[in-house]
Amino acid sequence: MSGVDYLSPGTVADAVSALRAAGGSARLMAGGTDLLVQMRGGRAKPKVVIDLKGIPGLSGIRLEGGGFIVGAATPGAVLGEHEALKAAWPGVIEAANLIGSTQVQGRASLGGNLCNASPAADSVPALIAAGVVCLIEGPGGKRELPVEKVQTGPGKTALAVDEILVAFRFPAKAAQSSDAYLRMIPRTEMDIAVVGAGVSVSLDASGVCTAARVGIGAVAPTTLLVEAAGAALVGSEFDDAALAKLEAAVAAACRPISDKRGTAEYRTKVASVLARRAALIARDRASA
Amino acid sequence: MSDGNQGGKLKVVGQRPIRPDGVDKVTGRAQFGADFHLPGMLAGRIKRSPHAHARIVKIDASAAASLPGVKAIVTSVDFDRGASGEVEAGEGHTAIREVAENCLASGKVLYVGHAVAAVAATHPEIAAEAIDLIEVTYEALPHVIDVEEAMAPGAPLLHADLFTKGVNPKPDKPSNIALKSVMGRGDVPGAFKSADVIVEGRYTTAAVHQGYIEPHACVASWGADGQSTVWCSSQGQFLVRALVAKILGMPLSDLKVIPAEIGGGFGGKTTVYLEPVALALSRKCGRPVKLVMSREEVFLASGPTSGSVMDVKIAATKDGKITGAEMMLAYQAGAFPGSPVHLGCMTAFACYDVENLALVGYDVVSNRPKVAAYRAPGAPMAAFAVESAIDELARKLGMDPIDLRLKNAVRDGAKTVYGATVKSAAFVETLEMVKASAHYKTPLAKGQARGVAAGFWFNIGGESSAAVHVDEDGGVTVVSSNPDIGGSRASMAMMAAETLGLPIERVRCIIGDTASIGYSGSTGGSRVTFATGMAVVQAAEKVVADLKRRAAETWGCDLAMVEWADGVAKCADPSKDAKPLSMKAIASRSAKTGGPIAAEVSINAQGAAAGYGVHLCDLEIDPETGRSTVIRYTAAQDVGRAIHPAYVEGQLQGGAAQGIGWALNEEYVYGKSGQLENASFLDYRMPVASDLPMIDTILVEARPNPRHPYGAKGVGEVPIVPPLAAVANAVSHIVGERMTSLPLSPAKVLAAMAKR
Ligand SMILES: Cc1cc2nc3c(=O)[nH]c(=O)nc-3n(C[C@H](O)[C@H](O)[C@H](O)COP(=O)(O)OP(=O)(O)OC[C@H]3O[C@@H](n4cnc5c(N)ncnc54)[C@H](O)[C@@H]3O)c2cc1C
Repeated sequence: MSGVDYLSPGTVADAVSALRAAGGSARLMAGGTDLLVQMRGGRAKPKVVIDLKGIPGLSGIRLEGGGFIVGAATPGAVLGEHEALKAAWPGVIEAANLIGSTQVQGRASLGGNLCNASPAADSVPALIAAGVVCLIEGPGGKRELPVEKVQTGPGKTALAVDEILVAFRFPAKAAQSSDAYLRMIPRTEMDIAVVGAGVSVSLDASGVCTAARVGIGAVAPTTLLVEAAGAALVGSEFDDAALAKLEAAVAAACRPISDKRGTAEYRTKVASVLARRAALIARDRASA
Repeated sequence: MSDGNQGGKLKVVGQRPIRPDGVDKVTGRAQFGADFHLPGMLAGRIKRSPHAHARIVKIDASAAASLPGVKAIVTSVDFDRGASGEVEAGEGHTAIREVAENCLASGKVLYVGHAVAAVAATHPEIAAEAIDLIEVTYEALPHVIDVEEAMAPGAPLLHADLFTKGVNPKPDKPSNIALKSVMGRGDVPGAFKSADVIVEGRYTTAAVHQGYIEPHACVASWGADGQSTVWCSSQGQFLVRALVAKILGMPLSDLKVIPAEIGGGFGGKTTVYLEPVALALSRKCGRPVKLVMSREEVFLASGPTSGSVMDVKIAATKDGKITGAEMMLAYQAGAFPGSPVHLGCMTAFACYDVENLALVGYDVVSNRPKVAAYRAPGAPMAAFAVESAIDELARKLGMDPIDLRLKNAVRDGAKTVYGATVKSAAFVETLEMVKASAHYKTPLAKGQARGVAAGFWFNIGGESSAAVHVDEDGGVTVVSSNPDIGGSRASMAMMAAETLGLPIERVRCIIGDTASIGYSGSTGGSRVTFATGMAVVQAAEKVVADLKRRAAETWGCDLAMVEWADGVAKCADPSKDAKPLSMKAIASRSAKTGGPIAAEVSINAQGAAAGYGVHLCDLEIDPETGRSTVIRYTAAQDVGRAIHPAYVEGQLQGGAAQGIGWALNEEYVYGKSGQLENASFLDYRMPVASDLPMIDTILVEARPNPRHPYGAKGVGEVPIVPPLAAVANAVSHIVGERMTSLPLSPAKVLAAMAKR
C-alpha cells in the first residue's frame, strides 16, 4: 500500500527544496480542487503533496506600483470580496468567481486554475486579456512570464518541475479601461466552459478604443491571446465593421477539437459571439 | 368505513406535516447504503471490462490472491450457474440468469464496464491494487452501440441463442432483436386513406441515466451457519433477497435483507449489481464485505433507460379528430433483453381515444449497459414522438393544442389498445384546468415559445404488507414493507393516523426488513401509497376493531354501542356509566384485555388507477449560442387525492426536472471503441437547481380513486412523461422547424437555426 506524504512548508525556498528533493514525484497544492479530484480518480499519483497555503505571500492581495500583487493560492472567495481589485478588474474577478460553487470558491485559486493547464480554465482568458504577469520562483531565482506563455499544452506548463508560481502582477489600471469575461456552458453552473472569452479595453475621452486584448479558452490545446482580435478594435468605436473583424480574428485563431463538450464548428462560432459580447460589456464598463 | 370519497371529513390526509425523514437527512445522520460498518469488514472492489464486446479467454487472479491483505476473489464461477426463472422487479419481471451474468460476466463481456471479477481486502487501496493485478485475457469482438445498426443484418451478435420473440414462425437465425411487440386494432390503412390531414416523422432519443445521487452500495455478511445478511439501499428488500438468494443458490429464509435509507432510485434500484458479488466474497472469506460504486461505475454499469428510434404517423379529420395512427418503436435494451418497448407501445396513445391503431415495438440488444427501469419506463420516449406529432397536427389545423387534445381525450369507458377500460380518469379535467390556468393565459414575450404536452402512466397495485403496532403509551408504529423513495413513510403514517383518529405526531413509520414484515413487491410502478397504503389502512382498521372490542369488554356493553372517533372509544349505551376510553387508556391495560394490540395485513391490492399529466413549458433560446432557458413551467396532474400534497408536488417537480434534462442536455456519448465518454456528472449534464425556474404544479383532485380508502392514485411516474415533448415543442416553435432528436443541446439547436 502506497501512502502520500503531506508537506506544508513555511517559505517559498523550503517549498522549492521540497520539490527538488522529490524529483518529480511531488505535486504542489493550492486549493486542491483539481489536484485532489485527480488523485481520487487515479489520474494523479503523487508521492508528496506540498501545500502552498501556509506560505506568506502565496495568499492575499496587495497594492504595488498602482497595480496589484495577488498571491497565486488566494481563494476565489477572497478575490471576490476585495472591492478595489474587483473595481479595477471586474472581468478577471467574474471569471474567477464562476469557478465551481460556493464551496469550491472557498479553495480554488488563480494559480491552480492556470497551472492545472486546462484549455477551458475560466480565469485564464480573463487574466490574459488583463495583461497579467506571473511571478515565478525556482532554485535559480525569480523570473517573470506573461500568463499567455504559461500553458504549453493540455496539463502542461512552462514551469520547470522545481518552479513555483508565487504571485500574479496586475498592471495599473488605465483611466477609461475595463474588462469582461463570458463563457458558454449548457447549464448555468457546475460545468466546464465549452468556450470562454475575456476582453479588456481602454478608451480615449471620445470613446475610441486605444488598446484591447482578447483571450479565449477551450478552442485550442491551450488558452490563447488573440492579438489580431484586440487590434481589430483599436481605433474603432466598436462599430459593426470593427466587431466583425474581431469575430473573424477570433474564429481564425480557434483550433478546437470536437468532443463530448461541443463540436469544433460550434466552438468556433460561439467563441466569436462571446468575444464580441465581452468586448461590448468591457466598453460599457470602461465608459461608465 | 373508507370508500375513497370522504374528502370533507379528513383531518390528517391532505395536510402537509413536516416530513419524518427530513431532520436526519439535513443533519447528515441518515444511514445510506455506504454508511454502514461492521467490525472486521473488508473493502470490496470490482474488476471491469475495458472492451465493449469480447470473449473472456482466461482470468488469472494468482498475483492478486498473493497480495497481502487480499482475503477473497470471486468470478462468475462463484455464482449458482443453474439459477433460472424470473423475479418481480417493480414494473416488470427480470430474468435471474441475466442479472447474474450482468453482475459477473462468464463467457463474454458485453459492454465497457461489465464486471468480470471482484476482490475483498483489508483496505480499499489494497483492493484497488489487487484489481490491477488480476489479469484477464480477452479476445476482442466487433461491437455495436447504435440501435439501428444492431438491428441491421450482419451486425455483430451479442447472444448466439437470442431468437426474436413475437414472430411466427420462430426465426431460424439469432439476431439482436429480442422481441417484436405488436398491438393494434381497427382499420389503419382505411383511416389513412380517408384522412384529411396526415402528420408523420421520425423521432430519436438518447439513453439517459436515472441520476440518483446515491451510488449503489451494500454490506454483505455470510454467517458461519449460512444464515446471511445484506444491508443495502434498494427499491425493494424482498427483490434483493430473491435475486441474491437465487444467484447464490440459497433458500430465501437464510437471507435477511435490511433496507438502508435510499438516496434516490427512480426505478434504477429495482435490480442488483453489487449484492450477490459482496455476499459471494463474504461467503469465501467469512468476513463482512462492503461494495460501493463510484459515480463512474454507476454510469458505466448501472441503469440507464433506453435510447430510442420511433416512426410515428397520425391521421385526422380537418376538425381535429384523430382517426388512426401507426408507430414503430425500437428501444435499446443494452447488453441483455428487456427494454420497456412493450410499455412504450401500450402508453403511446393511451391519452387518446383512437379507433384505428397499429404499433410495433422492437427490443434491441447492443453493447451498452443493461437498461434498468426509469420512472414510467418506456413512456416518455413514446410520448415525445406522439406529443410532438400532435403538436404538429395542431399547427397544421390551426387549432389550440389543448383543444385538439380535449377533442381526442380518453374518458371513462374508452378502451385502451391493450384492452383495459378507462376508469376514474380525470384527463379531461386536467386539460381544462391547464387551459384555465394563469400560465396558459399569460401572453408570451418576443422570442419566447410555449410547449404543451400530455402523458399517461398505468400505476400499479400488487402484493404488499403492513403492520400497525399500538405502543403502551397509546402511540402507534407502522411497519411498511417498502423502502421510502418518495415520502411514503409520511403518507403511510398519515393514512394510519387518519384511520385511527390520532394526530400525526403520534404515529411513526419504519421500513421493515425481510424477516420482520410480510412480503411486498418493490417500490416501483407508483404503487406504494396505493397498495401498501391500502394494507396500512386495513391493518389500522383491524386495530380499531380490536380497540372497540376491548372497550366493549371493559364497559360490559354491546360492541355495537362502541364508537371510535378522534382516537377515543365512546359508549353510546346510555344505561352504562362509561367514561370515554382513550387509545392510551386502552393500550396501557392491554394485558388485561387480551395482550398487545397489533395487526398485520398482507394483500394483493387491486384497483390502481391510471394517471394523466399535462405540462406547459415556456422557453427562450439565445439565437447566437443555441442555448435554451426554461422560463416558466407548469405541471398539472390527475392525482386522485393527494395524501401529502407537498410530497405530491415534489413528485411533479422532480419528474418535470428530470424530463427537462432528458430533453435538453442528457445523453450517453460513445467513442469509436464503444467507450462511454461522459461517465461523470460533469459531462453527463443533468440539470442543476439554478437551471430551472420554480416548477408550478396543479394537483387535479376531480376524480379520487374509488378503489383506495383515501382516493389515492399513483403519482410518481406520470410527471416524467410529458416534459420531453413540452420542451421540444417550445424549441420547435422558436427554431421554426420540428426538432425530432433529443437532446436539444445548444450545438444541435444552433445548427438547426443556422439552416433557416
Ligand atoms: C466541483 C468543481 C467545479 C469546478 N468548476 C470549475 C469551473 O467552473 N471553471 C474552471 O475553470 N475550473 C473549475 N474547476 C476546477 C478547479 O476548481 C479550478 O481549476 C481551480 O481554479 C483550481 O485551483 P486550486 O487552487 O484548487 O488548484 P489545485 O488543485 O491546488 O492545483 C491545480 C494544479 O495546479 C498546480 N498548482 C497549484 N498552484 C500552483 C502554484 N502556485 N505553482 C505551480 N503549480 C501550482 C497543482 O500542482 C495542480 O497541478 C472545478 C472543480 C470542481 C471540483
